[in-house]
Amino acid sequence: MSGHVFHPGHEELHGITVVVTGRSGRTYVGRYHERTPKGTLLHDAGVHDPAGGQSLEDYLARTLKFGVKAEQKNLVLPDEEIGEIRKLAEFE
Amino acid sequence: MPYPEMMVKPMREEMVDMGAKELKSVPDVDAELGDQQGTTLVFVNSVCGCAAGGARPALRAALQQGPKPDKVVTVFAGQDTEAVARARQYFADYQPSSPSIALFKDGEVVHFIHRHQIEGKAPQDVAKNLADAFQKYCAPASV
Repeated sequence: MSGHVFHPGHEELHGITVVVTGRSGRTYVGRYHERTPKGTLLHDAGVHDPAGGQSLEDYLARTLKFGVKAEQKNLVLPDEEIGEIRKLAEFE
Repeated sequence: MPYPEMMVKPMREEMVDMGAKELKSVPDVDAELGDQQGTTLVFVNSVCGCAAGGARPALRAALQQGPKPDKVVTVFAGQDTEAVARARQYFADYQPSSPSIALFKDGEVVHFIHRHQIEGKAPQDVAKNLADAFQKYCAPASV
């Protein structure tokens, strides 16, 4: 393995693109940064809202093919919103 | 804000050592991607760990196996921002991420590897993904 890794000492999911199932019914896809006192911080996050009409399955399939359409540079999800957190790669 | 050049120099050199041409300006990008024939691989380099631990070693390994693209070029995200933005215009259907890898054939994107397909993966897994694409798109047509 070559060197030059700039992220020592972070949580296991740091830097990993994750899918967060929200208790509100929304689903969030973004790069996990860290858990803070205000919640979990994702970078470059996209949001699936079922009220938008697109199915979650379609949203994830499109995200897997074309990448995460980032709607928010920094998104903090409070603990009470977070259901499950999985790596996006697990959906492939 | 870009990292100091002395910090990223080894990451640039790693790419050049494996035969990639660095594109650092908009004219550089247009000269290589503007009117493509054959196969071209564009590697969006990054300072992050998944470039160092996954993407760069994977590309090196894939280039040492079987068929390979006619050209390999690289732009450096967060460093050469105008060149990166221009390169991304050539694969605009795909959301920006870095590292990422686009394989073109005659100007069309035929294979794309996003950052999320590199994160946490062993380099040999990413190398296999690339080598399979090279076999599919870069091998000479059999007669």
